[in-house]
Amino acid sequence: MIDKNEFQNKIKKAEKTAYKAIFFSFLASVLLLFAAYDPTFSIFGNKETALTYSDTVENKNEDKIENGVHIRTGLVDAEGLITVVNNCTNCHSAKLVIQNRMNTERWNTTIKWMQETQNLWDLGENQEVIVNYLVTNYPPIAKGRRLNLTDINWYTLKK
Amino acid sequence: MKRRSFVKKTVLSSFAAIIGTELIFGANMMEGYTPLALQEPNPFKLFSKNKEMLVLNDKPWNIEAQAHLLDDKVTPNSSMFIRNNGKIPEEINPETWTLTIDGEAVKNKKTYTLADLKSTFKQHTYQLTLECGGNGRSEFDPPAKGNQWTIGAVHCASWTGIRLRDILEDAGIKSNAVYIGYHAVDAHLSGDPSKEPISRGCPMSKALQDETILAFQMNGEAIPLAHGYPLRLIAGGWPASVSGKWLNRISIRDKVHDGTKMMGTAYRVPKNPVAPGEKVKDEDMGIIESMPVKSLITYPKTGATLKENQPLEIRGHAWAGELEVEKMEYSIDFGATWTTCLVEKPANRLAWQHFSASINFPKKGYYEIWAKAIDSNNIAQPMLLPGWNPKGYLNNACHRIAIKVV
Ligand code: HEC
Repeated sequence: MIDKNEFQNKIKKAEKTAYKAIFFSFLASVLLLFAAYDPTFSIFGNKETALTYSDTVENKNEDKIENGVHIRTGLVDAEGLITVVNNCTNCHSAKLVIQNRMNTERWNTTIKWMQETQNLWDLGENQEVIVNYLVTNYPPIAKGRRLNLTDINWYTLKK
Repeated sequence: MKRRSFVKKTVLSSFAAIIGTELIFGANMMEGYTPLALQEPNPFKLFSKNKEMLVLNDKPWNIEAQAHLLDDKVTPNSSMFIRNNGKIPEEINPETWTLTIDGEAVKNKKTYTLADLKSTFKQHTYQLTLECGGNGRSEFDPPAKGNQWTIGAVHCASWTGIRLRDILEDAGIKSNAVYIGYHAVDAHLSGDPSKEPISRGCPMSKALQDETILAFQMNGEAIPLAHGYPLRLIAGGWPASVSGKWLNRISIRDKVHDGTKMMGTAYRVPKNPVAPGEKVKDEDMGIIESMPVKSLITYPKTGATLKENQPLEIRGHAWAGELEVEKMEYSIDFGATWTTCLVEKPANRLAWQHFSASINFPKKGYYEIWAKAIDSNNIAQPMLLPGWNPKGYLNNACHRIAIKVV
């Protein structure tokens, strides 16, 4: 249960942000209209560098890599990473991709299945990049008919 | 960066405005009405799950238990696996919710409100075992596609609802009825509203069983949202995907239901055994019906260290799809010798059965306890992986835990 004061404060806050939102949406529409009439922002002279700058800042935060891992998705940083991020993490999370290990042929079949039944788009030349990335970084591991038990956390069982 | 956070802010603030108005009516909010948007990003809190549950996928949500979390005789929500094929529906209003019975083989297409269902038909409560067809998939070699379930995609909760038979008969079943197919309100991952994430069903013979129910309660409370609130089909002993969640329509079909995930390799296995990795043609695949005999050691947790001469009490559950478990055995020498466990009768048909045994270890050392259930047709769990299939279904190989005597 939310306490009444706190609740009212929340509403006030929401109202304030809503006003801000309206203001900003107004601003955005003006900018959009402006952009439609003057897509290169030529009126401000050399705007191109500024745009590229903001783009790279955005990419840096979104696609941060730590210890060889793409933080946002958990995918390994290797050739083809961003193509995989852009095409394979839209519908389901990358966790479903990482869990699955296949050879080239089975990946191609899986992609075809998603295209036929799950609305995945035509990947064009990216398909080879993606499949190469997957078979190189997530190769199948041989398990035979039963593996040893591993990763056992030993503990003392009291009587 | 700037553009993105700006967009985020606008979206969030208009959202806050909407939520704000919604909260004013909060006092009248219907029981069980769960706007997901107000909840936690932490899945354990969001779904009230034990923190030791394993998240296999967060979009869509796929979460499994570990063996020791399944020790309860009746599985609590906190330990129940979640297998979702699409997006969980967000705004469910039980007051306006309806279920329609239609299809080629229905006598009169009929629509019922939840209140109709609850007041018109007799209610029944059963403990029913639901296991994901792909439970154990992670062990197949070559790897099988899909979420890599280990052992925890099974539960046996207590479900309350009305018999599917009663409502189907109320609408009227024509003599050409073959199958039922369910439809639900969850959304496809691609966002395409014309696509159903999953729409499966079962033959009439299963649909008409006493224990096949349309449930609105789980363990005595409204079904949690992730488990199918407000209405879920429960068909115990069959792949849990038959037990559709969030149902708003059931079709009585004059042919085998052809909804999403009834075709291709989904919930189907080769009719004849194949070599690992072999390609199988569509027409050579058959729909999975009853699940195979299986068991889990739920106590102790794997990794227990004991003193020499300290006896070990083990316990767990065993189940056998449509059948009953007749016998339960354990081995501490990799199958060279087997000892019989005590196994209880099921609470009702299709409920899992509890077993227990007391083990004395002959000397110090590393042991594995392997558990093996045998069904009423005298079929036992294999110690090795059963037949390979493209999607890695039906792995009922013996469960085992590691023990050290020091
Ligand atoms: C347009 C939406 C969409 C996109 C984009 C997409 N997928 Fe999928 N994918 C799906 C759906 C839906 C499923 C089924 C999910 C489920 O059953 O839980 C799926 C399932 C999978 C599976 C499991 C296969 C199985 O048989 O269960 C894998 C592996 C996978 N996707 C990999 C990928 C890869 C790699 C890409 C990038 C090329 C990708 N996906 C892009 C929609 C998509």
